[in-house]
Amino acid sequence: MNLREREAAVRRMLERTPPPVPPDLYPEVLRRGTRILRRRTAARRLLWLTLLAAALAFAIWASLTRPWAELPSTTTPPINGW
Amino acid sequence: MRERHASQEARRARDFEAFVAGAAGRLLHAATLLTAETPDDNPRARRLLTLALAETYASWDRLRGDDPYDRTRQQVATRFAREAWHRHGTFGRQRRDRGGVLAGLSPRERLMLVLRLYEGVTEEQTGALLGLSTERVRAICTRAVATLLHPPPRPAPAVPVAKVAPS
Repeated sequence: MNLREREAAVRRMLERTPPPVPPDLYPEVLRRGTRILRRRTAARRLLWLTLLAAALAFAIWASLTRPWAELPSTTTPPINGW
Repeated sequence: MRERHASQEARRARDFEAFVAGAAGRLLHAATLLTAETPDDNPRARRLLTLALAETYASWDRLRGDDPYDRTRQQVATRFAREAWHRHGTFGRQRRDRGGVLAGLSPRERLMLVLRLYEGVTEEQTGALLGLSTERVRAICTRAVATLLHPPPRPAPAVPVAKVAPS
């Protein structure tokens, strides 16, 4: 037997006796699939909420401390060579 | 807006149900071959397929033209590979006698045969899916076909040592 014939023989063996599809397969798939979707939605929502909270916290902190406003210098540079 | 949303939801459910009705039989057969269970008693294969289909359902809106059948088959294959890995520590050699046509093969040989011969996936795609080279896929397949057509003689059951007749 060459390779092709052997593969065809194996293919025929594999095709024998398909198992019956259980009737509760679809509802179970739907239940699990919906749960996965719900979890993903919840995870996404949590992520956005965290991001939003972080942005808000930063904005509040920045408006209170104003890190960009430079304090007037209290020392004078030494002057020599007059 | 809400009505449109609801009708979209309904169409999605209808599409998915039609897909499952069409594909479940063949996929369940493939999964049962993978787990080497008998067609009438295949809890592992059912579980494998249920999880894979649930994943397909969850990503149904993001398929973007991908074939849902391909996607589900891929899920089944990778889940099976991962499970076999966790179960045996190795994915290669373990031979366990159970029911089904492919009972005499290792999990990896079963996976190759089912993908290549039952599902007709090309060697390249099979290799890419499992991280193996094309030559390796071909070698494993050839060996598995040989084993299947000419099963090696079963190791003789341990013969109880004949009792020494008391002299």
